[in-house]
Amino acid sequence: MVKRDLVVVGGGPAGMAAVIAAHENGIRDILLIERDQYLGGLLNQCIHTGFGLDYFGELLTGPEYADRFIKKIRAIPDIEVSTRSFAVRLTGDRTLTYLKPGGIFTVRPKALIMATGCRERTREMIHIPGTRPAGIFSAGLAQRLINIEGLLPGKEAVIIGSGDIGLIMARRFILEGAKVKAIVEIQAKTRGLTRNVVQCVEDFGIPIYFNHKVLKIYGKNRVEKVTVAEVDEGMNEIAGTRTTIECDTVLVSVGLIPENELIEMAGVPIDKGMDSGIFVCGNSFKVYDYVDSVTSDSEKAGKLAAEYIKSAVS
Amino acid sequence: MTRYDVAIIGGGVVGTAIGRELSRYKLRIAILEKEVELAFGVSKSNSGIIHPGTQHSPGSLKGRLCVEGNLLTRKLARELSIDFKEVGELIVAFNEDEYKRLLKLEKDARALVVPGLRIVDRAWLKKNEPNLSNEAMAALYAPTAGIISPYRWVYDFAENAVRNGVEIHAETKVENILFKKPDFEIISSRDNFLARYVINAAGLYADEISAMAGVNNFKIRPRKGEEFLLDKKKEDLTRHLLFPLPSKTSKGILVTRTSDGNPMIGPTAEEIEDKEDLSTTEDGLKKVLEGAKRLVPSINANDIIAYFAGLRPTAGDDFIIRHEDKVPGFLNVAGIQSPGLTAAPAIALMIVEILKNNGLEMKKKLVFHKHRKKEFHLFAIVPEKAKGLIQKDASYGDIVCRCEMVSAKEVREAIARGAKTMDGIKFRTRAQAGRCHGSFCTPRLMKLLSEEARMPLAGVTKRGPGSEIVKKERARG
Repeated sequence: MVKRDLVVVGGGPAGMAAVIAAHENGIRDILLIERDQYLGGLLNQCIHTGFGLDYFGELLTGPEYADRFIKKIRAIPDIEVSTRSFAVRLTGDRTLTYLKPGGIFTVRPKALIMATGCRERTREMIHIPGTRPAGIFSAGLAQRLINIEGLLPGKEAVIIGSGDIGLIMARRFILEGAKVKAIVEIQAKTRGLTRNVVQCVEDFGIPIYFNHKVLKIYGKNRVEKVTVAEVDEGMNEIAGTRTTIECDTVLVSVGLIPENELIEMAGVPIDKGMDSGIFVCGNSFKVYDYVDSVTSDSEKAGKLAAEYIKSAVS
Repeated sequence: MTRYDVAIIGGGVVGTAIGRELSRYKLRIAILEKEVELAFGVSKSNSGIIHPGTQHSPGSLKGRLCVEGNLLTRKLARELSIDFKEVGELIVAFNEDEYKRLLKLEKDARALVVPGLRIVDRAWLKKNEPNLSNEAMAALYAPTAGIISPYRWVYDFAENAVRNGVEIHAETKVENILFKKPDFEIISSRDNFLARYVINAAGLYADEISAMAGVNNFKIRPRKGEEFLLDKKKEDLTRHLLFPLPSKTSKGILVTRTSDGNPMIGPTAEEIEDKEDLSTTEDGLKKVLEGAKRLVPSINANDIIAYFAGLRPTAGDDFIIRHEDKVPGFLNVAGIQSPGLTAAPAIALMIVEILKNNGLEMKKKLVFHKHRKKEFHLFAIVPEKAKGLIQKDASYGDIVCRCEMVSAKEVREAIARGAKTMDGIKFRTRAQAGRCHGSFCTPRLMKLLSEEARMPLAGVTKRGPGSEIVKKERARG
């Protein structure tokens, strides 16, 4: 077992802001673990602009925003970065086990910051019935396939839900030469940012249906079509409004959930973690609209953790 | 054209269990499967229960083969290194009327010599199954019920059968069966085969295959079952497999769990026409939730992480397992719905006898490799144990699937063992089977499949041709 002053789990915007802040507040023995090969987290696949206006006062793409923090971290030798490292177990006394190619490690820091981000809600979580063919993607997976892997998930998409990633992916599909047949939102208004509705949907003339839901997904091997209907206030189908939309792809953008499986495993309530030296920040604490706020809040987490470590020493 | 002593049509649990059993003998054997991988038909959507034999009439093939199969499964699970967990089942009665039916079930099960049976009362239930409904009055406890992974079971049978000389032909859809004395000629979508004996284990299509051979004496009627899986976090929801009293057509809506630890609720039972209809329905979910909550009221629909539908290949009340005397050398193994997974090893032994009685000379091989080497799954072992594995092979520490903790090593091994598709990887390793449903691991899995199986990324499929994951690779500038 290795002892450390601070370990931060997750090298996305939250984790990066937290380590830098902790260092600025006097902590020198820091380990940042990241499961991907690069720091930056989900920002790496967000190649659109819209980041940084609050924090840097300028408009940046996701990778540019991430890069500013990556450069800072690289310039601080006290921060050890371990990539391709996957946390598998956490106990209430801050003992963390992680795997990386070739090794399994256990570390017990004086303070731990969990910045593990979030995951997307799936089609299964909202119980859309039908078949289970190829062609159903979470919006974030589609984003990764296009922007990082260079693969086009489909040619004619229907987007379920109007979360920000779904709206951004609607534009992305069009720019890649694919079609977006409809965005189907069960609520009366979008759950995304207004600027995304304007810039990603309205500017491209993509039909967006509010108070509508996808009733069923069809297709044996590949998505073939979906049925859609208008809903009443109780989210029930209104008779006579059912239509069929042919498509080969369904993107699901129906919200994000903080990833807190490790803290749950440790049996530490997320809002009580600070008492035991476990801090949570970024989207694993709550789902944010803007990365700039993730950065500012995570800096506070880094500072708090630094104070905790110092008070534990004295 | 290659000539075989025995051709088995259908690479599900029945076909592969028979293939593995027959591989003890000096026979040339082929298994023909229409799908791109084994277990992609009826077997993949099985609930994975190894039944004790509590719900069948004493004179039935189902009852006898279920009890025998339960015993055989334990032995085979050790030989083939698959996890079999004995968890026991409770058939729960909620009122006096149901209690009377419970006693009748107990009597039938005793006639079939199901081991360890007893009726347990409310106090026992309270203590041993705390989340069971307070309305439960008594239950029939059968301790020998267990759980297994239905697809891994098929893959393990097949792998061991291949090691012992059986040939497997996938993507080989049988289109006609001709009789060319003394052999059958099997015409397929790929190659043609000669075989002295043909065993029809074609699941939902067994009636059509039988008709090709000139035997038109049964019809397969698909009965759809929808199943819903809950998050592994709820692994401790129940200790036993929970059953209501059975109806005429099904065992009812159950609360069980998979051998990997996910609670599972379902299945529905609905007669349908279309043998390809694997869709789930809003109504199905409603019925399953209603049925499952009657047993365990605390079940929450928000914990559902996956669902699927399967089709039971029913042909009347009992299994059809026989040599068709009208067409000598042709055997039907049809209507193998529940408890087919349990019965499969017993069915295989029964087939050996039928073949012997119908003129096939069966000499045991001098060497039969009965054991299969166990593969490791990180999710099933403690981190301390993982250490040794990672030291031996670094890529055990290279995690691909975060929800289920699956390493690159396990994925590569699954591909080496025969996975050709994303579903094939999922069934073998659990990658994509967790709460994020593949949102994070899909790109990495596609790359591994592309590298290991030497196929372009755009050629990676979910479950065979037509189910490509992406439409194309973009031009790179």
